[in-house]
Amino acid sequence: MSTETLERPIVKKEAIFSKRRKKFVTDPLSDDNPITVQVLGICSALAVTTQMKPTMVMAISVTLVLMFSNLIISLMRNAIPSRVRIIVQLAVVATLVTLVNEVLKAYAFDMYKELSVFIGLIITNCIVMGRLEAFALANKPYDSVLDGLGSGLGYSWIILTVAFFREIWGSGKVFGYPVFEAMGIENFAANGLMVSPVGAFMVLGFIIWIQRTKTGYVEH
Amino acid sequence: MELINLGIKSIFIENMIFAYFLGMCSFLAVSKKVSTAFGLGLAVVFVLGITVPMNWLLDQYVLKEGALTWLGDSFATIDLSFLRFIMFIAIIAAMVQLVEMMIEKFSPSLYGSLGIFLPLIAVNCSILGGALFMAQRDYSLSEATVFGFGSGIGFFLAIVALAAIREKLKYSHVPDGLKGLGITMFITGLMGIAFMSFMGISI
Repeated sequence: MSTETLERPIVKKEAIFSKRRKKFVTDPLSDDNPITVQVLGICSALAVTTQMKPTMVMAISVTLVLMFSNLIISLMRNAIPSRVRIIVQLAVVATLVTLVNEVLKAYAFDMYKELSVFIGLIITNCIVMGRLEAFALANKPYDSVLDGLGSGLGYSWIILTVAFFREIWGSGKVFGYPVFEAMGIENFAANGLMVSPVGAFMVLGFIIWIQRTKTGYVEH
Repeated sequence: MELINLGIKSIFIENMIFAYFLGMCSFLAVSKKVSTAFGLGLAVVFVLGITVPMNWLLDQYVLKEGALTWLGDSFATIDLSFLRFIMFIAIIAAMVQLVEMMIEKFSPSLYGSLGIFLPLIAVNCSILGGALFMAQRDYSLSEATVFGFGSGIGFFLAIVALAAIREKLKYSHVPDGLKGLGITMFITGLMGIAFMSFMGISI
């Protein structure tokens, strides 16, 4: 196993929230964002973002799946032969996603109907597989959980932002609450393009533009 | 006739990329050159066309509620549909492996051009998405096959078109922050508008 050689030797006990560990959570939020910088997990980022509510459920589900799959794979990292690791990862992720799916089906059936196949597609979400390959296979369980949390939050804030703009322009609401009517603007013209897939591409394009201009990241 | 309609619908109107955003990751990552995009597109057509009917058989005879009736009456009430995710992904991973070995044996030149893309396809959202849509919409076997091939061809068209545009785009001045992913998002959006014009077409 090549993963063992990648491990840092343990020198002394670390604080639970040491500087190094804080970086696992804060890095993916901006400089190393899974969506805008690493270009992973775009599929679901766009598909569910017509409204804030399903987006919120999706964000929570992905973050949970990321944290727990990272934890499980990290615990098993020395027992997995590297030739079959993809299958093992898929099995772990598929099990977790099935759990999420069944919980939603039992306690939030409307949401389950609305998200339809996109919960199932968390399995093939590149963020999950990417973090397992790149991080959990070579790091300790606690660090891996933090890494999963960081990537999950990075993913969440991007899709929530996309959903915010699509919902407010597409139907004049936030979380299903009619904001414009509440402010006294009666004849707010909803933009149908925002609800269609095209709007999602455009909004995400602008977010990427703004974020990359700020961080100064240039792709070649 | 119904089947042709379904084929057209899955290629143009409900295009995997522009209507459902499935397979975006590889769509964005492998669309820098037309030749590689062509290879990946072909592989997706291949794998979708095979895995969707395969998963249909699995769903129909093992997983669905009452699907196990052929084993005996006592199995008639078993509902294994909660195992869909894990079984579908297992079938997909196994089929990809099998297709890879078959292509290597029968057509080494095609294997050479598809080579690295085949294993990647196992984790392409559009493959699992195709299987899940098939299960959700209660297609028949022939419909499932047409849907599989149709979605694959839709993906193929989209990725080759995007790659061609991106090759041209290399010679234009794009703002720094927009280079790469940003401008590709806008292009995809504009292509989506073009594909929206197919809406409502039927034979």
